[in-house]
Amino acid sequence: MSFRNCFLAVSLLFAWAAAPAQTILIRNATVMTVTKGTLQNGSVLIENGKISAIGKNLSAPADATVVDASGKYLIPGIIDCHSHTAVEGGVNEGTVSDSSMVNIRDVLNPSDINIYRALAGGLTVSNVLHGSANAIGGQTVVIKLRWGKTAQEMLFEGATPGIKFALGENPKRAGEPQQGFLAQGATAPERRYPGTRLGVEEVIRQSFIEAKAYQAEWKEYNEKVAKGEHPIPPRKDLRLDPLVEVLEGKRYVHAHCYRADEILMLIRVADEMGFKIRTFQHVLEGYKVAKEIAAHGAGASTFSDWWSYKIEAFDATPYNAAVMAKKGVVVSLNSDSDELQRHLNLEAAKTMRYGGLSENEALAMVTINPAKQLGIDDKVGSIEVGKSADLVLFDKHPLSGFSKPEKVWIDGHQYFDRDKDLETRPEFEKKKKVLQDREAAATPAPNRRRSGASGGAEANPTTPNLEENK
Amino acid sequence: MKQALVLLFWVGSFGSGGAFAQSHSAVAIKDAHVVTVSGEDLPKGTVVMRDGLITEVGSAVGVPSDAWVIDGTGLTIYPGFIDAMSSWGIPPPAGSRGGGAAAQATAPAATEPRAHGPEDRPQTFSYERAADDVLPSDGRLETARAAGFTSAATYPSRGIFQGLGAMIDLAGERGRDMVIAQPIGQRIAFRQGGFGRTGFPSSLMGNISYVRQLFLDLDQYQQAKQIYASNPTGNRRPEYDHALEGLAESPRLLLPADETQQIERMLNFAPELKKPFLLYGLHEAYERIDLLKKANVPLIVNLKWPEKVRDGDPTEISSMRELTMRDRAPAVPGLLAKAGVHFAFSAEGIENAADLKKALKKAVDAGLSRNDAIRALTLSPAEIYGVADRMGSIAKGKIANVVVMKGDAFEDKTTVEYVFVDGQEFHPSKELQQGPPAGGGRRPGATPSEELQ
Repeated sequence: MSFRNCFLAVSLLFAWAAAPAQTILIRNATVMTVTKGTLQNGSVLIENGKISAIGKNLSAPADATVVDASGKYLIPGIIDCHSHTAVEGGVNEGTVSDSSMVNIRDVLNPSDINIYRALAGGLTVSNVLHGSANAIGGQTVVIKLRWGKTAQEMLFEGATPGIKFALGENPKRAGEPQQGFLAQGATAPERRYPGTRLGVEEVIRQSFIEAKAYQAEWKEYNEKVAKGEHPIPPRKDLRLDPLVEVLEGKRYVHAHCYRADEILMLIRVADEMGFKIRTFQHVLEGYKVAKEIAAHGAGASTFSDWWSYKIEAFDATPYNAAVMAKKGVVVSLNSDSDELQRHLNLEAAKTMRYGGLSENEALAMVTINPAKQLGIDDKVGSIEVGKSADLVLFDKHPLSGFSKPEKVWIDGHQYFDRDKDLETRPEFEKKKKVLQDREAAATPAPNRRRSGASGGAEANPTTPNLEENK
Repeated sequence: MKQALVLLFWVGSFGSGGAFAQSHSAVAIKDAHVVTVSGEDLPKGTVVMRDGLITEVGSAVGVPSDAWVIDGTGLTIYPGFIDAMSSWGIPPPAGSRGGGAAAQATAPAATEPRAHGPEDRPQTFSYERAADDVLPSDGRLETARAAGFTSAATYPSRGIFQGLGAMIDLAGERGRDMVIAQPIGQRIAFRQGGFGRTGFPSSLMGNISYVRQLFLDLDQYQQAKQIYASNPTGNRRPEYDHALEGLAESPRLLLPADETQQIERMLNFAPELKKPFLLYGLHEAYERIDLLKKANVPLIVNLKWPEKVRDGDPTEISSMRELTMRDRAPAVPGLLAKAGVHFAFSAEGIENAADLKKALKKAVDAGLSRNDAIRALTLSPAEIYGVADRMGSIAKGKIANVVVMKGDAFEDKTTVEYVFVDGQEFHPSKELQQGPPAGGGRRPGATPSEELQ
């Protein structure tokens, strides 16, 4: 079977993904709770979508489905603090330097196959971000990978929404040919401001100055209305609303950055304007300014060992995550990629090799730490009684390159089952073949005259359906 | 009579557009099978039209002495078909191939500077009126009539906010003769790509946030105008904004929703805009019939069924979803009809009468009953646009838009014998009904010189 088809068992999976929350007892697993140590031959009871008991000898309630996990490893669902999966119609509104009016929430595509592929890698929560084309990017959301549900149903209930910021080469369009755009009918390219790091700083500062004025304008208006006056209301500005929310602490800032100097710059601007940066993203030079990041109270979400793909990403080290963690920063490892998000457990494992972190500290990088960064650590990120039953059952030690997830639960619903996936594939292939054959039969034979006119195609007539050849 | 037809043919051949139009003070078609849609089917009925209106319908109706009488034996009379979302009547810009929305969508907005945000009102033509732009000289009208269409809800088709639509008849001496009702709605499309070239917005989320912002601006604009009107002295006047004026005038919005996630997205988003709305596209609606039934929103199903790209990359393997969509899309109308969802059709993207007929036939073959198909082509669009009191069925007092076929609609061998638009008679040529010969041929409306390019 072709690689392409491996993960296409889409419609077949809907049926069991949507089943109601069950009582499930997972028995005899090595339970890696992350926050409360590791339990050998442990059991976890799931009731009403939550973890209701953890222990050595839990007895199964009468209605429970029992999963024998002997020799297997149970970990909390993996959390990715930097993803662009399931975004439809462009991850950047890159035409403007401050695109805070756009919202990822509006364009989530719950049928993006990458959601399912990520699930198959044990990922259960994603921080879905706008791209980094501009100093202030769009609004962002945290989702649970509830494959088969609608976009609205995937939103993580109660998670604080975010906004993407970006510093350095991307927002100043360093990679843009001619560093600008040729406007329709214009003779010279129109350069999108800013073209320097100084300009990036200025854009952020300027936007917050505007946001404060806007905040004051609405306050004044509301006061007048309260007094019984009928003033003309100010314009509701979708660009400034989210920045006011940032000022009020109702929206998290996730700032894409690389260099130490720009990290310090953003901390200064935030202090000056009176807001907090929730996470620095990528933050490859974070090891140089870890103390300052910790003092600001920001988290750092970085790559394990990925750098040198552009000038500002050269001065990097795989010890970055460990160094920042040891200086008191809450650190997570993220994917920023549809591919990497499928094996974040292995990204975590690298911090044991580079930095000598313990198993728990390493796993925390992709579970409880990103949960803390996203403000959802009271609900997910570890195996604890009362938390959501977001769990991954690995066949081998999850920090081993030979391991693979077998079952994935979110809120006590099973959304991925490796065996069931494999089981459904022949049937899926059969259904696909039926459709392919039907289409081939309905497609008229290539018209000779037409082929001739389109330039010599006759010499090599195209069969209507080449899919049998794959 | 024979001589008259010969004469007509002669005039038609050399006249502009070859419309074959002929007016009579009264026309009576007798002893035909009359599919009234709003009333009983008449196996042997008579329809009388005078001065552009249907004056009599029934089984025992007298034929006026001054009427041109057509013997309807073996013929079936249907209400004229209505395209529920079209650009027919608005001539495509010169030099564009294919015409219509596709051509206009790719035409550069030559006069528009790069937009830096919603304040620049990018790609906004909300104030443009189809009623001001329609012309009987649009070459596509003849093709449409050859497929049995007499009317269309027609819209300008450029930009994001595309303008105010009009319900038109597909014939007339001048553009203004064609307009039945306007404005009937505002068509919205999402324009992606062109990163930076056309400026904000380039992404889908940018489009959506722009639409949202414009409606928030409309809210504030209307409040401000009202407050100012009651107390102008001492207050700064609100700035005139024609983008918002166009929006304010729109009785309903047409929003694009083809795939499942787009259907869900628009059903979720549209209520924010606080206007009645329709969805158009709906090719993957077979996955969301229950949701659409619950939403109770009128739908415009596009008849240009998804097909495998011809001459595409032969190594490209279609996904299960693509295969399913190409297989199941024509089943959507039947499923909607069974669920009792109000829907109509749009022929957008289809360029000749034969293909139009084939597309309708596909829906029928996939489970749409013939009655439901006829309804979706006639009374349903009239109801959706609130003009069922004047069109959409064969009933006394309605506009004389009827199509007379030899045989049942949707049968391969059926031919359109007469089309009456506003009481004006057309006799679509067989050549036009059969479409271009296989392997190319003349595109309807194309001039011979265009052919040579």
